[in-house]
Amino acid sequence: MIELRSIDRHFQVGDQLVRALDGVTLTIADGEYVSIMGPSGSGKSTLLNVIGLLDRPTAGQYVLDGRETTDLDDDALADVRARRIGFIFQSFHLVPRLTAFENVELPMVLAGHAPAARRARTEEVLAALSLTDRAHHRPAQLSGGQRQRVAIARAMVMRPTVLLADEPTGNLDHVSGAEVLAALESLNAGGISLIVVTHDDEVAARSRRQIRMRDGRVVHDAPTPGAAG
Amino acid sequence: MRASDLLHLAAESLFRARLRSVMMLIAMSIGVAAVVVLTSLGEGARRYVTGEFQALGTDLLIVLPGRSETTGVQPGLFAGETPRDLTLDDARALLRVPGIERIAPLVVGSAPVSSAGLTREVPVIGSTADFYYVRKLSMGQGRFLPPGELDRDMAVCVLGTKVASELFPQRPAVGSSVRIGDRRFRVIGVLGESGRAVGFDLQELVIIPVSSAQQIFNTESLFRILVQASDHDAIPRTRLTVLETIKSRHQGEEDVTVITQDAVLATFNRIFTALTLTLAGIASISLAVAGILIMNVMLVAVSQRTAEVGLLKALGARGRQITALFLAEAVLLSVAGALAGLVVGYAANALIGRLYPVLPVGAPAWAVVLALVIAVASGVVFGLMPARRAAKLDPVVALAGRR
Ligand SMILES: Nc1ncnc2c1ncn2[C@@H]1O[C@H](COP(=O)(O)OP(=O)(O)O)[C@@H](O)[C@H]1O
Ligand SMILES: [Mg+2]
Repeated sequence: MIELRSIDRHFQVGDQLVRALDGVTLTIADGEYVSIMGPSGSGKSTLLNVIGLLDRPTAGQYVLDGRETTDLDDDALADVRARRIGFIFQSFHLVPRLTAFENVELPMVLAGHAPAARRARTEEVLAALSLTDRAHHRPAQLSGGQRQRVAIARAMVMRPTVLLADEPTGNLDHVSGAEVLAALESLNAGGISLIVVTHDDEVAARSRRQIRMRDGRVVHDAPTPGAAG
Repeated sequence: MRASDLLHLAAESLFRARLRSVMMLIAMSIGVAAVVVLTSLGEGARRYVTGEFQALGTDLLIVLPGRSETTGVQPGLFAGETPRDLTLDDARALLRVPGIERIAPLVVGSAPVSSAGLTREVPVIGSTADFYYVRKLSMGQGRFLPPGELDRDMAVCVLGTKVASELFPQRPAVGSSVRIGDRRFRVIGVLGESGRAVGFDLQELVIIPVSSAQQIFNTESLFRILVQASDHDAIPRTRLTVLETIKSRHQGEEDVTVITQDAVLATFNRIFTALTLTLAGIASISLAVAGILIMNVMLVAVSQRTAEVGLLKALGARGRQITALFLAEAVLLSVAGALAGLVVGYAANALIGRLYPVLPVGAPAWAVVLALVIAVASGVVFGLMPARRAAKLDPVVALAGRR
């Protein structure tokens, strides 16, 4: 459960104050599938970063799974990110010198899991994303769609409760975009909250709840018309 | 994160950035090799010199005219005070001192030595039969100066091999005669190869009886007196007795210096150890330079991998883990560089040992340890700043690739 109350995120750029988030109040229950749309610069990425505990709000309260997060220190935030949050970026952000397997394994390596447990879990998520035969390829040897699925596998490997995807299909052609989205949706069907920032109306139409932003504010927040549940 | 994973990740990024890793490796290994080779040379020189001295025997005392406050090699004179000369009578008096086995008074000069139209200017040493034993000489041909009274002026001489072959290119030297100064001497022997006379080239000198040398150089005084004690353990006592004996002959004035081989050895040891330390210090500078290079390259690496740092943070890496990752790279590099430097250094030592077999090169253990410690420490010290910088990056900014 994600509970944002009157979240501000302001940036001082020169003598100008940029209100990237301006009084955002939002509750997202476990297992929801939410799309966030809005013009460029409206604060979508900033919102995702705040939800993912990568960025701290300037003001307001953020309660994640019943726990206030604004008073946690950097290490505690890192630990929460490691266990609960999975990030997926438009530009994949794979480590180029590591193989698909090593990229997917990385969060477990950072968390200090034993090699045997890592191997089993990594193979499992790679298989779930149909990447088993690409496990020992480096990112440069993979297609865009494959790279994004590696990134999804990596986001999944620690069994997070929330998946945050910032324009995950933005760099992909239509077919691989659809594949990636299908992968994300099947994970959501497994119970994970899925929050997708997108410019694509088709993508938004598939979500069950649509949020629109403008100038750092939530201007629309409603279930997708015709969506089940 | 597990230590093995940390090392693996660090090694992987070093391996991927091969060129920069190799450059840093070379810089570090040059530094370490420089420490190893330079200190080996210093240490080799020390061992060589002390070896030469030890070969002379450590039961040797050297009596020099003039008083010295220290046990230095050259006696310093008091202003305005002319020391009394050492004379043959002093030497004779020492012969009666208990605990003294042999006495070799020395007169040293340079004189033209000629035979059948060939002339060479060579060092001439006036001494006695005992010089042969004190300096552990050997004969190539003939025999050494015969024993006898100190003041027995005999017109005989012993030549170094080089002098002999130059003055007598065709005929045997022994039995012939040479002119030294304006006197004729019969050659009774040619020195062999072994034996030591610090400060002289044994192949290029002429040895004549001490009183003959006094006449040629027109002097009553001795350059020094070499005294061989009968017992090494008694050397300090013998030294005092020698001093007392000369003092009583010089109206109670202590105007000579008696140095022991041990003291000379200790002095040379000090000098060469200082030299080696200096060399180590100079070589260490190159280690520091290598460290600064590591810092530079790591700073570049951090800025090139900003997005990666952001990603690691998004994946839940703590700041300390990021620091550890970059630090591990710097330390791995410096350790690998240090090991490579050891290999290069020891290889260079082996080569020097082959080229100059007389020089007992060998890196002192402390220098090797010092080089390794400085190498690794500079990896840590200079790697820490870039690693810290990486850890402090704002993950959102880093992910956006805004540098
Ligand atoms: N680190 C930052 N420093 C200054 N301004 C920022 C920073 N991050 C975002 N902004 C500003 O905040 C606003 C919202 O940005 P962002 O959340 O990236 O928008 P979106 O993802 O909707 O395009 C923009 O005006 C952007 O310029
Ligand atoms: Mg954005």
